[in-house]
Amino acid sequence: MGLKTFPGGIHPHHSKKYSENASIEEMTLPKKVVIPLSQHIGAPAKPIVKVGDEVLVGQKIAEAGGFVSISMHSSISGKVSKIGKFHHPAGTMADAIEITGDGEDNWIELVDDSVEDLSIEELKKRISEAGVCGMGGAGFPTHVKLSPPAENPIDTVILNGVECEPYLTADYRIMLENAEEIIAGLKLLMSAVNASKGIIGVEANKPKAINHLKELTKNEPNIKVVGLKVKYPQGAEKQLIYAATKCKVPNKGGLPMAVGVVVQNVATAIAVYEAARYKKPLVERVITISGKIVKDPKNIKARVGTFYQDLLEYCGGTSSEIAKVISGGPMMGFAVPTLETPMTKTSSGVLLFDSKEAHKDDENTCLRCGRCVDVCPMNLVPSLIVNDVKYDDFDGALKYGALDCVKCGSCAYVCPSHIKLIQWIDIAKIKIAEKNRK
Amino acid sequence: MIILYSVATLGALGLIYGLVLAFASKKFHVEIDPKIEKIIEELPGANCGACGLAGCAAYAEAIVLHGEDITLCAPGGDSVIKEIASIMGIEASSADRKIAVIYCQSGGKDNTNLRYNYQGISTCKAAVMVANGPNICNYGCVSLNDCIAACKFDALHLDDNGMRVVDKDKCTGCGACGKVCPRALIEMVSKKKRVHILCKSLDKGADARKFCGNKTACIGCMLCVKKCKFDAIRVENNLATIDYEKCVNCGMCADVCPTSAIFDPLKEVRAKKREEAKKKAAAAMKAMAENKATEENK
Repeated sequence: MGLKTFPGGIHPHHSKKYSENASIEEMTLPKKVVIPLSQHIGAPAKPIVKVGDEVLVGQKIAEAGGFVSISMHSSISGKVSKIGKFHHPAGTMADAIEITGDGEDNWIELVDDSVEDLSIEELKKRISEAGVCGMGGAGFPTHVKLSPPAENPIDTVILNGVECEPYLTADYRIMLENAEEIIAGLKLLMSAVNASKGIIGVEANKPKAINHLKELTKNEPNIKVVGLKVKYPQGAEKQLIYAATKCKVPNKGGLPMAVGVVVQNVATAIAVYEAARYKKPLVERVITISGKIVKDPKNIKARVGTFYQDLLEYCGGTSSEIAKVISGGPMMGFAVPTLETPMTKTSSGVLLFDSKEAHKDDENTCLRCGRCVDVCPMNLVPSLIVNDVKYDDFDGALKYGALDCVKCGSCAYVCPSHIKLIQWIDIAKIKIAEKNRK
Repeated sequence: MIILYSVATLGALGLIYGLVLAFASKKFHVEIDPKIEKIIEELPGANCGACGLAGCAAYAEAIVLHGEDITLCAPGGDSVIKEIASIMGIEASSADRKIAVIYCQSGGKDNTNLRYNYQGISTCKAAVMVANGPNICNYGCVSLNDCIAACKFDALHLDDNGMRVVDKDKCTGCGACGKVCPRALIEMVSKKKRVHILCKSLDKGADARKFCGNKTACIGCMLCVKKCKFDAIRVENNLATIDYEKCVNCGMCADVCPTSAIFDPLKEVRAKKREEAKKKAAAAMKAMAENKATEENK
């Protein structure tokens, strides 16, 4: 029997060799951090500090801007030095709070509670207070995912340890080094939504992680570790749900809760566990710095808001000139214009490429070969959406399902005409969202 | 005999159909304004669509029935506008036609200060979403030519320096280029107006000058405002704008602008004239002085 998977998808070279054997290292404290107010999906947080205020590590500096929003905490101790526009890993300019460190690491007071005694309300409150959001990439606020409406009971919590993006190894390393916390976090998540089943999905190219997790969950009848076929985008939420449970999340804005599932990243599970046990806010995460030209590719546990420049320096710099910096994975990440970009709660990696690797092909005319249709995991016709966008017909793009696109990039990867389909579809998504807001 | 029968049959048929047609033309007669026919005759008949309507006939109908602007026919030019004006009994001249003006002098091959090297899809609307666009100036042209692609009349071109220029004869003022520009740098202005402030930067003076690749940013220095005798210029948010209702094309503002952000095609001509006048005056003074000297010597 073959491994579980989903229809469509591609097989990019996984290039994980650079950093997969590098154990997680804790980075030295950065002198300065920039904490964007929008690191997640939903309303941006509202700052509650002023320039000049002294802050401790873990102190709340911005309040959630609504229910679908999270609060932000200072990741170093020091002084608030500026509140304004800074570069954002998504390639844009966004509001952020800059904190200049005092060189010390003074934390707010943490507790050490037994997690078994926590009530569900207290657990959810702690998660929301700690500002936890999905750490896989999109950054959906975790407390929102854990508060499904009554008509959608949740029976399964799936932990996403797939990490199908090439190069990235942060999740792989934490599955090897912090597996106990992941499992404890999964149990907390299951109790928060009263789910009876827990599944940890891992791609089959990480046998060590699968065996390690299986070993630890030997005596847990409710928790299953599932090896999944090596295929991109296996780690996309809906594709993972389909592969693990054979349940299909409806298109046109359907959420996993419609089929009784909540998906969380493995890193989020650790953040949940730490929030519940220590009341520790989400101020640090593991991030992969990789690429052929990086002298010493690493998996670093770094504070949120650390500049890419500092992360790269910690890895010894690059052996040749940098031509492209990508925040996130190479398939779904964003190219950023400067290394003065801060990492966020959702940053899973920083990749650096030289001009040879980052070569650019000019777009040609669509050949109507249909390869994009074959590989689309969402059963869309990407070429038709792009045609509509090129002629500014955003209603047409919407009709062809532009909003269902998960921006996995499979279509652009296989396109023989080098059409940058995702960039075009992204325009449609932004324009449609603007229109809806009006 | 056969010939007779055929002639009679065909004749009878012809008579019957003729009567039916005659009846129909009387019964279903539609009153058409004779002006429409006259205007159709005057229009070039190319059905090019430059006016934004389906064709010449549709445009003529729109003029007579819906009061459409009579200056929209680009290929017809002056003479047609005059003819239509006389048919309609109104006054108008071709100079009332609006054409596109591009409000940025930067953005060429060599005169853009780049923040990063943009490699994404070749369209302005995508480029401006990536960290406020590839050029340092957050208000300037990103040089990906969406406007040229949008122009249906071949009125926008790249010059040798990679700058977009408007062909004033071909531009119909349809506004398509302005609609696609994500920075709103293109506006339709009456062809009569000659003086334009070609900058949309709201940055502070020093920054604006530093960011502009061509060093022709408006720095909000207010010199033009002081110079203008017609109260036609206003500075808001570090940017001067001309009120075209009040502007009389005198070009005084262009003469004083320290960064040449104000464009006036006659600026050089005027400067030359002034130079010549100065020379003349100097020569006259010299001659007078010489005359005086010779008289005194006598």
